Amino acid sequence: MNAPDTPELFEHPPKQPPHATPRPAEELGGLKKAWETPKGWRLVTAVNNVYVGIWYVATAFVFFILAGILALIMRTQLARPEGAVVGHDLYNQLFTMHGTVMMFLFAVPAVEAASVYLLPNMQAARDLPFPRLSAYAFWAYLIGGLVFFTSLFWGVAPNTGWYMYPPLTSYRYSPGDNADWWLLGIGFIEISAIAGAIEIIVGVMKTRSVGMSIDKLPVYSWAMLVFAVMIVVGFPAIILGTILLELERAFHWPFFIAEKGGDPLLWQHLFWFFGHPEVYIIFLPATGMVSMIVPTMAQTPLVGYRLVVLALIATGFLSFGLWVHHMYTTGLPKISFSFFSAASIAVAVPSGIQVFAWIATIAAGRLKLTTPSLFIIGFLVIFTLGGLTGVMVAVAPFDWQAHDTYFIVAHLHYVLIGGMVFPLFAAFYYWAPVASKRALSERLGKWVFALMFIGVNIAFFPMHIAGLIGMPRRVYTYPVNMGLDGLNLVSTAGAFMIAAGVAVFLYDLARNFRFAVDDNAGNVWGAGTLEWLPNGTYATRSIPYVESRDPLWTRRTLSKEVEDGAWYLPGNPTGWREALVTSPIEGHPQYILQIPGPGWAHVLAAVFTAAFFLLLTVKAVYPAFACGVVALGCVIWWAWQLDPGPIRPPADIGGGIVLPVYVTGPMNHAWWAMIVLMVVSGMTFTCLIFSYLFLWVVNPGTWPPAGLTLPGWIGPGLAGCLYLTASGAIALASRFLRGEDRRSPYAVPVLIALALPLALGANALDLWTQWHSGLSPEAHAYGACVFAIIALQAFFVATTAIMGVFTIARWLAGKLDSVRRSTFDNTMLFWHYTTAQGLLGLLVTYGFPHVTGG
Amino acid sequence: MVLELSACTGVQSALNPAADDAARLARLSAVLFVGAGVIFFGVSALLLHAIYARPERRRWLGRRQAVVAGGLVFPIVTLTALLVYGFGVLRLTNIPADNGSLRIEVVGEQYWWRVRYLPEAAEAAFTTANELQVPIGRRIELIVTSADVIHAIWIPNFAGKVDMIPGRVTRLTFIAEKPGVYRGQCTEFCGDQHARMAFDVVALEPAAFDAWRRQQAEKAQEPATDFLERGRTLFFRNGCGNCHAVRGTEAKGQLGPDLTHVGSRRSIGAAQFPNNVGTLAGWIADTQHLKRGARMPSFGSLSGEDLRALAGYVASLR
Repeated sequence: MNAPDTPELFEHPPKQPPHATPRPAEELGGLKKAWETPKGWRLVTAVNNVYVGIWYVATAFVFFILAGILALIMRTQLARPEGAVVGHDLYNQLFTMHGTVMMFLFAVPAVEAASVYLLPNMQAARDLPFPRLSAYAFWAYLIGGLVFFTSLFWGVAPNTGWYMYPPLTSYRYSPGDNADWWLLGIGFIEISAIAGAIEIIVGVMKTRSVGMSIDKLPVYSWAMLVFAVMIVVGFPAIILGTILLELERAFHWPFFIAEKGGDPLLWQHLFWFFGHPEVYIIFLPATGMVSMIVPTMAQTPLVGYRLVVLALIATGFLSFGLWVHHMYTTGLPKISFSFFSAASIAVAVPSGIQVFAWIATIAAGRLKLTTPSLFIIGFLVIFTLGGLTGVMVAVAPFDWQAHDTYFIVAHLHYVLIGGMVFPLFAAFYYWAPVASKRALSERLGKWVFALMFIGVNIAFFPMHIAGLIGMPRRVYTYPVNMGLDGLNLVSTAGAFMIAAGVAVFLYDLARNFRFAVDDNAGNVWGAGTLEWLPNGTYATRSIPYVESRDPLWTRRTLSKEVEDGAWYLPGNPTGWREALVTSPIEGHPQYILQIPGPGWAHVLAAVFTAAFFLLLTVKAVYPAFACGVVALGCVIWWAWQLDPGPIRPPADIGGGIVLPVYVTGPMNHAWWAMIVLMVVSGMTFTCLIFSYLFLWVVNPGTWPPAGLTLPGWIGPGLAGCLYLTASGAIALASRFLRGEDRRSPYAVPVLIALALPLALGANALDLWTQWHSGLSPEAHAYGACVFAIIALQAFFVATTAIMGVFTIARWLAGKLDSVRRSTFDNTMLFWHYTTAQGLLGLLVTYGFPHVTGG
Repeated sequence: MVLELSACTGVQSALNPAADDAARLARLSAVLFVGAGVIFFGVSALLLHAIYARPERRRWLGRRQAVVAGGLVFPIVTLTALLVYGFGVLRLTNIPADNGSLRIEVVGEQYWWRVRYLPEAAEAAFTTANELQVPIGRRIELIVTSADVIHAIWIPNFAGKVDMIPGRVTRLTFIAEKPGVYRGQCTEFCGDQHARMAFDVVALEPAAFDAWRRQQAEKAQEPATDFLERGRTLFFRNGCGNCHAVRGTEAKGQLGPDLTHVGSRRSIGAAQFPNNVGTLAGWIADTQHLKRGARMPSFGSLSGEDLRALAGYVASLR
C-alpha cells in the first residue's frame, strides 16, 4: 500500500492549526491509555524513550564516575615518583579500564542516551521509530557493561591498553582471559552502539514534526545524524578487527603474527579507522548540544546555521581520512604522512567554523551567565586549547616527539573533557527542567563549574610539559630527579578538584532532580525549540507544523495550541502507540506508524545476548551457546509481534490530510533500517577484504604461500550459480506477492524453501573446496583470511536462513500477503545482499591469487 | 636499595636538544607554542568581547561574515602556512642515512634493549645492551625492530621516536651535537614493566668513542683474583651462560643481555639502578622483586658470600 504523494501539500503553510478546540475528552484518554507506563517491577518492560533515555543517561553517568575513580587511583599512584600505592599489574588494568570505560561505556553511550531522550522531543515525535531496539541496546549495555567492569575486581580486567595492539594482546604474550574480556565485552557493546545508530538515522530522517524540512532541522538532529552515520561506517572496522584478533587468540589464525605472514600494523589500521572517527563521534553530538544551548542563552537564533551544518558534515567526512596520524611513528613512508598530516590539519577548519558561529551568536544576542552558559564558556576555552595542541600533533615531526607521551594525555583530555564532558554538564543543567520537576541549582552549578574548570586546567596543563620533558604514557611510575615530581603532584591535586566538582553535582542531583514526565519544570530558559513543548508519556499532545528553526519563538501561541490538541494527530486512530512518519527532505507526513509498546521479549533477548558473550569470555562454551539460542528465540518472539499490517483504513490527522496506517517499500521505516544494516554489513565485509589485500601487500610474492595448489573453478563457479539461483527464486517470489488484493500464493513459501538449501549449499561447497585444496587457516595469514571470508559469509547465510524460515512461518500463520509484506521485503533485501557478498567473496578468494601468481 | 639513578632534569627532554633533529623539532615546537598562544588569547579575547562589550561595539562580531572570516578564512590561511612549514621540517628530519653513517641495530625485547654495532671498515661488530654510546658530529642510523611485542625507541634529546615492530624494520637517524649523558625510554606500552624499560645514552668526542668501541669489541677480561674466579665458576654453575653471552668464555646464551663488558655500563636493569657490586648482587638475588615480570628469575638461594663473588665477577667484566 502506498502513501499519498503530496508535493503541493504545504505550498501554503497553514496559518492556523487544523483542529478546533476543545477536543473531545476521550481523545486524550485514548492517548494516555496507549502510552501508559507499566507499573511496579514491570517497569523494566517499558520502552518509551523518556524512560529508556533517562535510564540510559544515568547508567552512562555511573560509568563516568566509576572510570573517574579509576583515574583518581592512578593519579594517587603517580603523585610521587616510585610510588607504591598500586603495583604494575593493577595499574596496567586501571589505565586500560579507564580508557575503555570512558570511551565505550561512558562517552559513546552517553551521547547516544541523551539523544534517545532528546531527539524525539526535539522533533516533536511521539517516540523513536524502534523503541524496543533502543531498550534492547540499553539493557544489553547495562548488563554487559556492569559485568565487564567487575572483571577488575577479580584481577582479570584487560591490561594492555584500550587500543589493544597485537602481538602484545595475542595468545602468546597475553595468555590469560584479560584480553578476551575486552574483545568480547566491548565487541558486543559496539553492537549495541550500532543498534542505537540505526535508530537515530531512521529517527532523524523519518520521524519529524510536520513541515520540519531538512533546512529547519535542529542542529542537534544534524549532529546526531552525522554521528550515527559515522558509527555505521566506522564501527564495523573495530568489530571486524575484534573478530580477527579473537580468532587469532582462540584458534591461532595468524592475522597479526609477522612470522606467519600476518602484520601487527593491520590491527592498527583497523583500530584507528574506527578510533579516530570515534573522537568526533563523541565530539559532534556535544557540539550539537552547544548549538542548541547557546542560542537560548543568548536569546537569538544561531548565526551561520548552514555553515555549522556543513561543518558537521565536513568533520564527519574528513575524520575518516586521518587515522594514520595515530601511526606517525610506525615508519610508514613520509609521503603518506604528508597526506594524513594535511587531512588532520584540515579537520581543524570545521571546528573553527563552529567555534566562531557560537561566538558570533553570543555577540549577536546577549548571553545570560547561567550555569549552562558557564559550562559553554569553559568548553570553548578548554576545547580551543585542546584543538590547538591537536593541530600541533597533526604536524608529523612534532608528533614524533609528542607521540605516546603525557603531552598526548594532556591533549586528549583537553579535547574530550573540553569537547564532550563540559557540553554534557551544560546539557545536564540546561535540559534538567525537561526531565525533572525542579531545575538544578544555579548556585551549586556555579560551584560545580568552578571546581571542574580550575581542576581540569590544574590536572592537565602540567602534563603538556611533563610529556615534553620525558614522561611516556602508560607508565605505572617514574624515576626521581627527572623534573617530573612537582608536575605530577600538581596534576594529582587537579584530578581531585575535578572529583570534588562532580561530587557537588551529585549533591545537586540528589537535592533537586525529581524525574517528571508531564509535570516538569517547563521552559525556564525561554528556549525556542520543540523539546520545551508541554509533554506527556505520549510526548506532545498534537504534532505542530513547524515554520522556522525556533518555532516557539516565531509562534508564541504554539505551546498552548499543541497542548490543546489543535495541531496534527491529536489522538491515536489505531488505538495503539503511534508515530507520524514524515518524508526525509520536506518533512511531509507520509503515514501513521504503529510502534510497539512494553514487552519482555527485547529485555530477555538483551539478558541472554549479554550472557552469551560474557560466558564465552570465561570459556564456558556450552552454557554460552545455550544462552545464545535462547537470545535468538527471544529475538524471534520479539520480531513476531512486529509488522502488524493495515489494521484500519487510512486516518485523518487534521487539515484534510488522510494517511495510511501501513506502507511498504522505500517509504517504510523498517526498509530504511534494513538499508542501514546493509551498509553496516557492507563495511564489515569491506574491512575484511581490505585486510586480505593489506596482507597481500605485506607478503609480496608469497600470496598464496609457496607450495599451495589453488582450487579450480568448478567449486566456486557452482557456488556462485547456487547463490544467484537462490536470489532469483526470492525475486520471483516477490513478483508473486504483488497487488492490492492481499493475495498470498503458495509459490512464496515454496520458493523460499527451495532457495534456502541453495544458499546454504553454496557456502558449504565453498568451504569444502578450500578445505580439500589443503588450505589451513592456522599455517599462514593467507589461509586465515580465506577462511575468515568464508566464516563471515556463513554467518550471513545462517542469518538469511533464519529470516527465510521466519518468513515462511509468517506465511503459514496468515501474516504475510501482497499488502502486508514488510517482513518479506526485509528478508529479500538481506538475501540479495548476502548473495552479492558471497559472489564478491568467491571472486576474491578464488580469482585474486591467480592474478598475484599462485 | 637506593632506587636513585644519576638521572637529573633534562637528560630525557625534548626541550633540551643535543642533536640536529631534536634541535629542529624544538624550534618547530617553539613556533607552534607561540602561534597557539597567540590564537588562544585571540579567541579568548573575542569570546570575552562577545559577552561583555556593549551591543553596538560587538555587533560586527555577531554576523555571518565574522564566522566566515574567523572560522574559515583565517584557519585556512594559517593552517596552509603551517602545513608548508611542517612539510619542510618533515623533509629535513630523520633523513636517510648515507655511506658515512654509523649504523647500530637496536632490538626491543620485554623489557630491555639489545644493541648491536655493525662492522665498519677496520672496526669489528659487537653486541651490548641497554646502553647507546655515539660519537658527535657524525650521522647515526639506528636500525630497529622487535623480538616480541611492539616497543618504541625514544631519545628525546636527539630525535623523535620510532616504533619497533616485529616483522618490520624501521630507522631513525640524527647527528649528535653536544657531548653528555642522556636517557632513552620505551614509549609504546609493551607489558608489565613498560615503565622500567629505559637505557643510557652517551654522546662522546669521536676519539673517545673510538676508544670505547675498540674496548667493547674485545673479549671479556679474565678474573684477576681467586674471589672473582669463584664468581665465574658460580656464573656457569648457576646456568647464567644459558641466557647471557660473555665473549671469550663458553657463555653463549642469547636470551638475555650480552654481559661481556657489563661492568663498564652506567646502569643495570635497563637503566633502573646504578651499576656496582651491591646493586648487581641485589639484582641477581631478587630480580622478580625489583622488576617483576622481567624474563630473568631471581637467584635467591645463593649464600651471601657466593652472591658477592658472582656479583663481583659480573662487575669485573669491564
